[in-house]
Amino acid sequence: MHTSLGLGTLGFDHGAHLLVGRALRALPPAGTLRVAGTDPALGVHLRAWCRATGHGFLDGPADGYEVVRGPAEQQRWAGAERAGGTAPADIVRRPPAHWGLAARGALVEAGGPGPSFDLDDRDVVWADLAPRLYAHAAAAQWDPATAVDWDAATELPDDIETAVVQVMTYLIENEQAAMVIPARLLARVHPHFREVQQLLAVQAADEARHMEVFTRRALLTGRPMGTSSAGGRESLNSLLTEPDFSLASFLLSVLGEGSFLSLLAFLDAHAPDPVTRQVTRLARVDEARHVAFGVAHLEHQAALDPTLQGRLRAAVERRHDSLADTAGLNADVFDALIILAAGSWEPEAIRRGHAAVRTLHHAMDEGRRQRLTRLGFPADEAAELSALHTRNFM
Amino acid sequence: MPGPTLLMGAVAYDPKVVTIWEGFRHYLLGKGLPFDYVLYSHYERQVEDLVSGRIDAAWNSPLAWLRAQRLAAASGRTVRSAVMRDTDQDLTSVVVVRADSSYATLADLQGQAVAVGAVDSPQATLIPLSHVRSTGLRPDEDVVVHRFDIGVGLHGDHIGGERDAARALVAGEVEAACMIDGNHLLFSQEGTLPPGATRVLTQTAPYDHCNMTLVDTAPGELAEEFVELLLSMSYADAQVRPLLDLEGLKVWRPGRDSGYAALDAAVTETGFYDGEGRLTAKEYAP
Repeated sequence: MHTSLGLGTLGFDHGAHLLVGRALRALPPAGTLRVAGTDPALGVHLRAWCRATGHGFLDGPADGYEVVRGPAEQQRWAGAERAGGTAPADIVRRPPAHWGLAARGALVEAGGPGPSFDLDDRDVVWADLAPRLYAHAAAAQWDPATAVDWDAATELPDDIETAVVQVMTYLIENEQAAMVIPARLLARVHPHFREVQQLLAVQAADEARHMEVFTRRALLTGRPMGTSSAGGRESLNSLLTEPDFSLASFLLSVLGEGSFLSLLAFLDAHAPDPVTRQVTRLARVDEARHVAFGVAHLEHQAALDPTLQGRLRAAVERRHDSLADTAGLNADVFDALIILAAGSWEPEAIRRGHAAVRTLHHAMDEGRRQRLTRLGFPADEAAELSALHTRNFM
Repeated sequence: MPGPTLLMGAVAYDPKVVTIWEGFRHYLLGKGLPFDYVLYSHYERQVEDLVSGRIDAAWNSPLAWLRAQRLAAASGRTVRSAVMRDTDQDLTSVVVVRADSSYATLADLQGQAVAVGAVDSPQATLIPLSHVRSTGLRPDEDVVVHRFDIGVGLHGDHIGGERDAARALVAGEVEAACMIDGNHLLFSQEGTLPPGATRVLTQTAPYDHCNMTLVDTAPGELAEEFVELLLSMSYADAQVRPLLDLEGLKVWRPGRDSGYAALDAAVTETGFYDGEGRLTAKEYAP
């Protein structure tokens, strides 16, 4: 079979290889293509190109050249396969390592590197809610520069401002942990589970914005940052060291960020100034999404894995034991919360503030028990586990 | 005492050579061939070691192949071109001028400056200058030769000399430059030679490049197995394909010695090696 290709003045230094390659792909193996053109270097370049790409090259006949289609391109793609389907419904349970960074649904050449994404089991990382939560998260991103009315700051009594700064200092510390954990997990998730990676990435980006607005609020009046206690950092550190995806997600999102929902609602209610109210309110909406993914993911997994509950329980107990001898919540933070709720140093006001913080503890406990119940724990066990949660809230 | 091993020499012209031959070694060992390799910093010692039997096989440049033949003949040994890459067959070199120059034939370069690659480059120096000589122009007498000696001892494996020759042409420092056809294509595509800025003045006849040279002292069965295993490597094999891509081939072909006449003539004309394979080239210190 003979086919002809006229290149006109087009040479290989201007992209002629595209036309030659396309014409060859239309031929059967070992089919011959007659190539003609007026570029003076055509013969030199066509010969070199054919050699490098595994096609045969013959000088002539007159006014042209003959190229014989070689098998290399077909051989390269002979063992290729699709990396699953494109839709979330078409994900596979255990994507092979060599699919690696290929787009889901791409035609993947056989061979190549097998990067180790160790979280490569659908039943461990996936939640059917992930694509929808990601879409929601992407749509709900806000700009710290404009989402907060930074000029709305009002002059506060010195002690109240100091309490706000202390609470912000504590929040920043917790947000840093909440950013690092999903970022670490995301780097281990097989890219086949794209929506989970995307969700974790947005979660980390959420925390980055929270760190920014809390920092900006803390520094708004020029005071130095508050204190960071060893016990608080010990509690957060025990989250960083949890390597298991499900357990890390459970401790951080379901229990930690779940408790934070109550804390941020408390700060919204007792904020002494509009900026504090706005930043805590914005953060709370994001945190609710993180909690939703954590719960959905573990619900999905609990349905597949009857041992999950036992492992979750053990994780809470292990963390409790490791923190048993530490102070837990920074005392400065505890006092600052009371002062914020009290609003003044009047004894009656302090009494009200103290009662409000006690109510906060109850609300946190109630929320944790509800979420544990959703994961299948009986009420008494949920209450017991909730009580073992760190005193540091997160 | 372990049994015999087929020992091959290769020249480390680039760090990727380690990756390539480590990959081949792993593959060949996996196929049951006791195989190892040693790396040389230049071809001359590799060829001497081949003919003296210190190694069994050598991945040789065309120039090294010719020296191996001459050394072997002088010492009563024989060497053969056992296998070569598809990309080692039917190469050509070109002499290139600027597109807007008036040169129409090689003879027009009388008295002009011509850039070439390293002193020991078959494709960018020895073969093209022999081609020039065949038209009656004497290099260094009728034309001024500007040599770009990068990677001397690597027999032109290092592309740097050719690229510098091309740059000198574009910069107007010389009137013509010599290079292999594939590098003219590469330099045109990567922009070293701006598209349309150069014109091919002349092209040599096709010649062959590297080959896997076996010496007759090599353990016979292992040598045959080595050749058969190389010839059986398929580009369709995902395990093998990265190695073939790195080494620049799609398929190994049976070796031949029919494509070295032009270089052999150039070696004799310049006295690069003498008839017994001794190093007699001027200004060559690998």
